[in-house]
Amino acid sequence: MTRYVLRRLAFAALLVVAVSSGSLILARLSPGDCVTRAGQSSGETERLRARYGLDKSIGAQYVDWLGRIALGDFGDSCLYDRPVRELVPERAANTAILAATALALATFVGIPLGVVSGSRRRGPLGAAIRSVSILFVSLPPILTSLFLVFICARTKWLPIAGMRSASVVRGDEFADLLRHLIVPASALALPLAAMFERLQSQAMSEAMAEPFVVATAARGVPRARIVWRDALRVSLGPVTSLYGLVVGTLLSGSFIVEVVTAWPGLGSLMLNALRGRDVYLVAACAGAGAFFLACGTLLSDLALGAVDPRAAQ
Amino acid sequence: MRRSKRVGVALVALTIAGSAAAPLLAPHAPDERLPGRLHAPPTVVHLVDASGAWHAPFIHPWRLVDQLEQRFEEDRSRVVPLVWLARGSLVRSSDDRAAPLLILGADSYGRDVFSRLLYGARISLALALLSVTAALAAGSAIGGAAGYVGGGIDDGLMRATDFVMVLPAMYVALALRAVLPLALGTPAVFLLLASIFAVVGAPFVARGVRAIVRSERDRDYAAAARALGASDLRLLVRHLLPATRGFLAVEATLLVPAFIVAEATLSFVGLGFPDQAATWGTMLEDASNIPALADFPWLLSPAVAMFAVVLGVNLVLQDRASGVESIR
Repeated sequence: MTRYVLRRLAFAALLVVAVSSGSLILARLSPGDCVTRAGQSSGETERLRARYGLDKSIGAQYVDWLGRIALGDFGDSCLYDRPVRELVPERAANTAILAATALALATFVGIPLGVVSGSRRRGPLGAAIRSVSILFVSLPPILTSLFLVFICARTKWLPIAGMRSASVVRGDEFADLLRHLIVPASALALPLAAMFERLQSQAMSEAMAEPFVVATAARGVPRARIVWRDALRVSLGPVTSLYGLVVGTLLSGSFIVEVVTAWPGLGSLMLNALRGRDVYLVAACAGAGAFFLACGTLLSDLALGAVDPRAAQ
Repeated sequence: MRRSKRVGVALVALTIAGSAAAPLLAPHAPDERLPGRLHAPPTVVHLVDASGAWHAPFIHPWRLVDQLEQRFEEDRSRVVPLVWLARGSLVRSSDDRAAPLLILGADSYGRDVFSRLLYGARISLALALLSVTAALAAGSAIGGAAGYVGGGIDDGLMRATDFVMVLPAMYVALALRAVLPLALGTPAVFLLLASIFAVVGAPFVARGVRAIVRSERDRDYAAAARALGASDLRLLVRHLLPATRGFLAVEATLLVPAFIVAEATLSFVGLGFPDQAATWGTMLEDASNIPALADFPWLLSPAVAMFAVVLGVNLVLQDRASGVESIR
């Protein structure tokens, strides 16, 4: 087990390095740079080019960058004029808050609903859940976030932009953050919850048809106990194995939700960095994204092993 | 066919028909700016006038009451009848200058949202279809080669697809798009986005094709074809790849909505089509102005159109797939 985790960690490190190297080179190859500005003396431009390593060839800059990463220096962002090392963790934490909340919401809404609808193939409740979830499966995060922002802009029920209010009383920061979190987190969670519901419903109805469930029912075990204990346990496999992929989905979805709701996360930072040709920032953002991804896949594989020991082999 | 599936087919068919018949259905050109109609609301079609008399369908012109807030009011004193099948379009106002027919209102440049929606569907759908075709072709080639040849080539190709699949699709598309000049013409963006989407979509196709080809390769009919002297290429193209048809059909219907949404996302953040081109994405960009969005809800019509298409596809596919890729 330890060897397995170590091997996966080594693979994760490789993924992070590969992704950030790739994006550093891509960003350097793109036309334009971030230091040339109108009305700036050529001496000043040269000085800035040297500061951000743009005076070197791509290869030389790459080797130099690798060497400095080993010492914990990820370069400076020229858009924000700050070390990337300070900027990226701050934004990555914001994305993590958003994504983790959305994942928790989706899990605690989607899976129980899937259990209910999957264990009642007939009847109005199952049908109602199924129709609602097919609606939300068809609403990608860009649409949910726009619709939610529209509703909240009309009704003024909830804040729709940013992460904190400008004027917040001390001690109220947490409540304020939660209020700002509702719109982006639901926008991200709704389609995901619907997807979980569909998958769990499918797995649940298959589990309910298993011979051991029929046998348990024949022994007179109460229905609620069969559904929520026996059948639920064997039906968790498909959703759990999806969690690794879900991290990618969350990052993709979180990108557009961050842009729509002005949530200061990794996605909007990456967008600014790409548009502004901010080489070191692009590399660090991509690396942070790859890091999330690698952690997510590893955690989901470990969770799958816990739910279904056969899959751990 | 189940009722919900029929609804799905109808939604998709309606969108395709609407985009095909855009020149006939649209009362205006997609880039025509109507002066003084910035953010004008949808025109209401009336049948009864102020005095209670019945007429053929007519509209009242919008009168700008507040320039700053872009508030409009119906000018009840004027009755403008609609004309049918005139000047190449199904229905339009008889006085386009004073009272243009705005079925879904006007956007921030005073362009007719309904006409743009129809013309936008053409670009958005054509892009999605081209990208899907390219993704299916590339995916079949990669998956077919990997599954048929096996060994080191199989390992190498599958590692490569794994690598692309594990990355968040949106970030890959974003990074590839951002490498190229930010301002490009519509045809260039069209081809560029199609190739990017093909790169992102092909691995999903390749995985499935490989699995099918691998298992079909060892079936009796394949051995028989080989014994009759079929070359490797012929065996693969004529005998093995046709077995993937069902899978490819499902995959195509999953990827179309995903690509429609991807185009919208890229255009929304300013990395897609240029603003003057009418696509669902560039139209949504207008809705990114939140205060305007609250006052002018018709700016969300491309979002509703996208929802209708994705829902239609999901209803058609309902029992076959879970829609995993439609939100990726």
